[in-house]
Amino acid sequence: MGKFISIEGIAKRYPAPGGGQTAVFEDLWLGIGQGEFVCVIGHSGCGKTTVLNILAGLDEPSAGTVIVDGRQISGPSLDRAVIFQGHALLPWRSVMGNIAYAVTSRWRAWPRAKVAAQAQRFIDLVNLTGSEHKKPAELSGGMKQRVGIARALAIEPKILLMDEPFSALDALTRGTLQDEVRGICTATDQTVFMITHDVDEAIYLADRILLMSNGPGARIAECVVNALPRDRTRADMHRHPAYYPLRNHIMDFLISRSKSFAADMAADYDPRHPPVVKPGIPEPQLAPALVAEGGPARRSGAPSF
Amino acid sequence: MNAVIKSLPVRSAALSAIIFAAFIAVWWLATAGTGAVATMDPEYAKLMGAQVTTGTSAFPTPGAVGAKLWEHLTNPFYDKGPNDKGIGIQLAFSLGRVLLGYVIAVAIAIPVGFVIGMSPLLSRAFDPFIQVLKPVSPLAWMPLALYTIKDSNLSSIFVIFICSVWPMLINTAFGVASVRKEWLNVARTLEVPPLRRAFTIILPAAAPTIVTGMRISIGIAWLVIVAAEMLVGGTGIGYFVWNEWNNLSITNVMIAILLIGLVGMALDQMLARFGRAVSFPE
Repeated sequence: MGKFISIEGIAKRYPAPGGGQTAVFEDLWLGIGQGEFVCVIGHSGCGKTTVLNILAGLDEPSAGTVIVDGRQISGPSLDRAVIFQGHALLPWRSVMGNIAYAVTSRWRAWPRAKVAAQAQRFIDLVNLTGSEHKKPAELSGGMKQRVGIARALAIEPKILLMDEPFSALDALTRGTLQDEVRGICTATDQTVFMITHDVDEAIYLADRILLMSNGPGARIAECVVNALPRDRTRADMHRHPAYYPLRNHIMDFLISRSKSFAADMAADYDPRHPPVVKPGIPEPQLAPALVAEGGPARRSGAPSF
Repeated sequence: MNAVIKSLPVRSAALSAIIFAAFIAVWWLATAGTGAVATMDPEYAKLMGAQVTTGTSAFPTPGAVGAKLWEHLTNPFYDKGPNDKGIGIQLAFSLGRVLLGYVIAVAIAIPVGFVIGMSPLLSRAFDPFIQVLKPVSPLAWMPLALYTIKDSNLSSIFVIFICSVWPMLINTAFGVASVRKEWLNVARTLEVPPLRRAFTIILPAAAPTIVTGMRISIGIAWLVIVAAEMLVGGTGIGYFVWNEWNNLSITNVMIAILLIGLVGMALDQMLARFGRAVSFPE
């Protein structure tokens, strides 16, 4: 496939209380191209965080492997930076100290001045100039998450893994940070794998949105291709004709189809190639059956709420 | 001006001063003589002593203790033979033993606690021994120490070591074992090698808990040294207390109590300050 990241048939199983095993998710296949921004949406308990932890190397799959850049991963790597949900800053270190710690971990031989310069570059990038010597306890939630982002970016990783990075923030801060992350990631062509609960966040940031059905036994139900133009902005994206079909499709999935997916799974469902849907783009190659059933692809752009 | 009077520190200090004054007043009243209680033959009165003739208590008055304290403080380091040394010298002996035993305990308890805290296996394996040995009174070790070490001075140092080792060991193991998973995950994703992880993540994260254990230990060590020196004798503030009891000098015993309290407080405050230096707000 020539994909940069290739998740190949991973599963996570736990011993069930009554004997046997419960699979949180089963037979997950996914390819992510270089420079692609992929978001995963699904309800709690579908194993999203476990997938991300497996990608990070912090957790191991019960079956299957993950191949990054042609190599099977074994444990964490500096090539795959994680932005944690709870920011996970070291509270005894300053903003500069936290970022410098990551930089020295990446480049052990660098002299102090070079480390400081690299850290400063990323502090400036996330607009924290002036707060270098503050401790995390003195920062607001948004500023803490900025430090987390700067720390992840400062090691110049090949892949950025984000676990609901903005979920603990208020709406205004979240919007600003989304803008910054989108700006940085498009400018540097960063490969990103992100977990979110926020449909608009996924639509704004991602090139591709993966819908995961409910666990146990969760699967990638669909790959939704984001039809909005790459130069979208938060201010105008909801005016695009493809916006509501896309949003409604995802909402419908989360509200009803995520539960029933396992029960009425199509007979031709292939875990290696989950159905690709492009809501909002009337394409001839769309599966005719889906269109005939009045599937989400046909939904008009009229907002329903 | 009003604000100064109303501030909590000023008011609490004033109340402390009042409590102290009341304590001294009660003490003074209780030990003051009531005057001549009975007329008697002067020769007989001389034999009976002041207690009977003037109603004076055998317990020293605040003035007497103050005067004696002043005497000790102005000349703390005299040495007039084995049974008459200045109180400064006695305190220095005790402090020396405590610090020596305590430093050895730190040097052993913190690395061992670190290893135990890192390994659930060792943690479970060591637990029964720690649980059994921890509640043993340190003085119970004294005969064993005297028998094996055959030196009273080293035995009291050993007793200090054995009593201060447990709180530090337990707190270090607990602090190391309860380092937040997300900080360890940060180290893992940054591929931090084990030794660097121990010093840059686990040690700073566990430092507040470790220092709390050190603070508990120094308190226990200072409690135990008095009892240990009473047993082994020779030098030290504990020996001083016992010696003055044999001399029936209640004044000196009271001065020793005051000084033991002050030194203990100073030791505790030093570690409290150290604890604040390594703590971090989350």
